[in-house]
Amino acid sequence: MSDIMTAKNLNLWYGETHALKNVNITIPEKSITAFIGPSGCGKSTFLKTLNRMNDLIPSVKITGEVCYNGQNIYDNSVDVNELRREIGMVFQKPNPFPMSIYDNIAYGPRTHGIKSKVKLDEIVEQSLRDAAIWDEVKDRLKKNALGMSGGQQQRLCIARALAVKPKILLMDEPTSALDPISTSRIEELAIELKKCYTIVIVTHNMQQAVRISDNTAFFLLGELIEYGETEKLFSQPTDKRTEDYITGRFG
Amino acid sequence: MLSKKRKAYMVGMKAAMYLSTGLTAALVIFLVAYVFIKGIPHISWELLSTKPSYISGRIGILPDILNTLYIVLATLIFVIPLGVGAAIYLTEYAKNKKLVGMIEYAAETLSGIPSIIYGLVGMLFFCQFLGFKTSLLAGSLTLVIMNLPTVMRTTQESLKTVPQSYRDGAFGLGAGKWRVIRTVVLPGCVDGVITGCILSIGRILGESAALLFTAGFAHALNGIFEGLTSPGASLTVALYVYAKEQGEFGVAFAIAAILMILTLLINLSATLVSKHFAKKREL
Repeated sequence: MSDIMTAKNLNLWYGETHALKNVNITIPEKSITAFIGPSGCGKSTFLKTLNRMNDLIPSVKITGEVCYNGQNIYDNSVDVNELRREIGMVFQKPNPFPMSIYDNIAYGPRTHGIKSKVKLDEIVEQSLRDAAIWDEVKDRLKKNALGMSGGQQQRLCIARALAVKPKILLMDEPTSALDPISTSRIEELAIELKKCYTIVIVTHNMQQAVRISDNTAFFLLGELIEYGETEKLFSQPTDKRTEDYITGRFG
Repeated sequence: MLSKKRKAYMVGMKAAMYLSTGLTAALVIFLVAYVFIKGIPHISWELLSTKPSYISGRIGILPDILNTLYIVLATLIFVIPLGVGAAIYLTEYAKNKKLVGMIEYAAETLSGIPSIIYGLVGMLFFCQFLGFKTSLLAGSLTLVIMNLPTVMRTTQESLKTVPQSYRDGAFGLGAGKWRVIRTVVLPGCVDGVITGCILSIGRILGESAALLFTAGFAHALNGIFEGLTSPGASLTVALYVYAKEQGEFGVAFAIAAILMILTLLINLSATLVSKHFAKKREL
């Protein structure tokens, strides 16, 4: 498996706070990489550096490199909008737009210039099928998306992200606001999606990391402490702090 | 158990509250009823559809109705794009939070200034310095300055009610800033913007002091473009003129009744608009 993203000596400050310290990591293509660690350890912050969502926060300062397909995404020549099309995002709280299910999915493609109704219909159906929610919503595409359950809304958000044909899907604790059944559906979906997409997922739930991820990175106080194959990281951690965390000694 | 003293205290307080509520309601009802009783008998088709003539002694307020309409339209045409645009810039684009805070504070102060001061400044600046003379346009521009802070602040407040998560979702799909604002943020707060505009129509309708200085007192019947460049009395100014200078209290009360009905309709439509959108959002 080749590497699709690499971070080199990445540092990030929120004003005076040094939130990420010298993070180096490579993320392999078509796999699931999980970021774990206690609250405030920088895992979500790091996830957001991967598609420059931190740009939206005025006080953020970043040094170092994040390379996507060999190109530093913090380079001036990079089109942020195009970058975010290729590296999509699913958020902690489901955030469908207050419009119809159809318009939610079509939002991305329309943003990137697709106008043809036939083409949009096709993308909407395919995205909803890929997110395993087509059968539940096919009769109510024109209904407002806010009328769906939380779990459905989150799968809709995944479908919406898929509709712009990204290469990578960043998921920021996508199941933390959902019930166990919805959670397991999203997990199944993630495993299904890694055939075609690279997935990076932040999770608070260590069982979830074990269940679905190929590689796991453990963050603590802004540092990447340990990174490796999930099975190995959870069975034979090399760092004492990793062991303490996964055995529940703190967190 | 409640002691006797405490019981008496509670009964007394309750009575006091009933009394103050009753008094407030009675005052409002009295005012509305008084104006309607005095005014409505004087409203006639002739009054509404003609212009005044000194030769026949006839009084008609059609020019004043039209002038008011022109002033409302001209003011809105300037104040909505300016106010909404400024609000979008301050809320969505501006990075210097300190400066934004200062502008917001200044806007709030401006909206508290007595309108007669706007009139004075408007007269000196628009009528004399810019050479618009006493005209409906000068009056409208003065009202633009007066209403700008309100429109801007209400729009800003409604922009702030749009959840950040909507913006994040759209940015995450690769939408540019303006597209996010146009397709996600503005539709999410359009009710607030419309309500703000409707309420400022109410303020424009009710304004008199600023117009006394800038728009004049004429009762000539004009089309909109001619009207804007010539002096003319709005309904409120006409009310003042008929009552104070001509002693026509019947006409003054008729105008008062019309203004009250209009205000009522405006507030009603503001409520309906916000209800309509609230319902749409729930679905």
